[in-house]
Amino acid sequence: MAEDTETTEEETASDDTEAPAEETETEEQDDTEDDGAEDVDEDAAPEEELLYGVPVRRAFGQTVVFADAESYLDLFGELISDGFQQVIDLCGADYVDHVRNDLPASVIPERFEVVVNLISHARRERIRVRCQVAEGAAVPSLFDMFPGTEAMEREAFDMFGIDFTDHPDLSRILMPEEWNGFPLRKDFDVGRIPVQFKGAPGQS
Amino acid sequence: MTIAEHTPSETEIDGLVGGAERVMSRDNAVLRMSEAEAGALSLSPDDEFGDQKMIINMGPSHPSTHGVLRLMLEMEGETVLRSKPIIGYLHTGMEKTGEQLTYLQGGTNVTRMDYSSPLFTELAFSLAVENLLGLEIPERATWIRMMMTELNRMASHLLFMATNGMDLGAVSMMIYGWREREPLLRFFEKVTGLRMNHNYIRPGGVAADLHDGWQEDLLEYLEMLEPRLDEYHILMNGQPIWRDRLQGVGVINEAECLALGTTGPILRSAGSSWDLRRDMPYLAYDQVDFAIPVGEYGDCFDRYAIRLAEIEESIKIVRQCIEKMPSGDYRAQNKKVTPPPRGRIDESMEALIHHFKIFTEGFKVPAGETYAAVESPRGELGVYIVSDGSSTPYRMHVRAPSFVNLQTLPHLMENGLLADAVAVISSVDPIMGEVDR
Repeated sequence: MAEDTETTEEETASDDTEAPAEETETEEQDDTEDDGAEDVDEDAAPEEELLYGVPVRRAFGQTVVFADAESYLDLFGELISDGFQQVIDLCGADYVDHVRNDLPASVIPERFEVVVNLISHARRERIRVRCQVAEGAAVPSLFDMFPGTEAMEREAFDMFGIDFTDHPDLSRILMPEEWNGFPLRKDFDVGRIPVQFKGAPGQS
Repeated sequence: MTIAEHTPSETEIDGLVGGAERVMSRDNAVLRMSEAEAGALSLSPDDEFGDQKMIINMGPSHPSTHGVLRLMLEMEGETVLRSKPIIGYLHTGMEKTGEQLTYLQGGTNVTRMDYSSPLFTELAFSLAVENLLGLEIPERATWIRMMMTELNRMASHLLFMATNGMDLGAVSMMIYGWREREPLLRFFEKVTGLRMNHNYIRPGGVAADLHDGWQEDLLEYLEMLEPRLDEYHILMNGQPIWRDRLQGVGVINEAECLALGTTGPILRSAGSSWDLRRDMPYLAYDQVDFAIPVGEYGDCFDRYAIRLAEIEESIKIVRQCIEKMPSGDYRAQNKKVTPPPRGRIDESMEALIHHFKIFTEGFKVPAGETYAAVESPRGELGVYIVSDGSSTPYRMHVRAPSFVNLQTLPHLMENGLLADAVAVISSVDPIMGEVDR
């Protein structure tokens, strides 16, 4: 709860008052068993809608679910069993100088996001997962479920320095192997870094 | 389809019945080795490798790698065991550049990614921006977009036919492919002003209306092309050398494609008929009639034959576009997004100011994030845009089909000959501009 109030301070005053109130309400009703389940739905603000046990939002006609590093792998396990058999895209995003106002109240905003787009061929549906990642924190790799994420996770690591645990080969993919810094981070200035040359291996 | 006539050799479907175990394993055909490790191996020959295996380097400047793709191959004699595609030689930080450019300028940036089908990246970018803006596009603009991207698909596949032929020694096909693509590029030049990197499809519509007499130009071209495609069927599909060179080479199955995130002709060659144009229609694809060619064996021949058949389907779509092209405006008349007509600038101060403001400051896009995808000649091409409410994207990411499809390379090449590696790279048809971005 302490963390919640800290983060909401950055947001608007109305959010600040609403968010903690919802939290306490839902917690109370969780304690009082399932009888009040319908009441919870009515009382909770529409942004507290859940899908696969995590908050969900519909943005511009697209379904977006929100995860953090703990709920990440479980969420993908459920997505697979629900028919989302292909990870189409995985990328990082750095929110260091942009306060998002499109997060559900229970999601704690962090500096980085890992954004995963999945597709279900059978249902012809897409879903997007936005996972909050703190600076220096790690996300589990999706390699064992979707081996196609190997290159995408390498790119997110290369560009943002996001660490994927249990990845088979987390190395730079677009930048040279001994490059310093993460180019797509917002604090990596354009044009400040001189071109970094290197010799061919074994010829130094 | 004409694809069906080929019969697989015995080696073709060896142990590839339908599971994805081959690609799910961590210890498979992918060579996960840094340059330093590979360099150290080559310096000390008497290591675990023994003297049978060696690591050789192919590319980045190799005529059959279609640009600057480099491959690290672990060889045993002439056989490729494991391999690693090494990319980044064309990386110029276009996603970072995209964060500096306004939404109006963004088209000039993204069009340079997939340089053999530039209109598709422009289209995906425009669709994403329009989704954020909630902008309705006039019907004529939609149909122009659809027709131009289908022509671009034909140009891209003809380029594939040319380079695929060149890589495999079918030099006549190379000349024919270039020859057929040329009138298309001339048509693009007539419509957009440029042969490539058009910046033609922009948020709000397209940059210019079609010129007078475009129907005749296109019909003349299509009538010339159709009999020539029939000639290619005779020249290539029926040719024993061509078939022997491609059939049973670089086999992949549907489950493996799905696991690797592969889309486009590679996925369809393995038996899936997934095509965004039919399955998640964008533009007006639900109003045109076309078939989706599907392969059976997932080998290099299927991937080649699918692309040839897709040219024929694109011709069908273009013909329907010529018939049904609605009249109306070629861009949305939304003062916020659309610059005023050139004529108005000479007579109206307000129009001049409006024009100046749009081109210097750009237009603001509501905060939010969205993903828009189109079926490019290489697979699903998606653009993910995060807007913070200003006139430049906060984050722009392009899901490049070639980037993801490249991951199939080690699996396609595994236990094949080095000479077949050339056929495999060619059949994946990577465009390094969009791989590296």
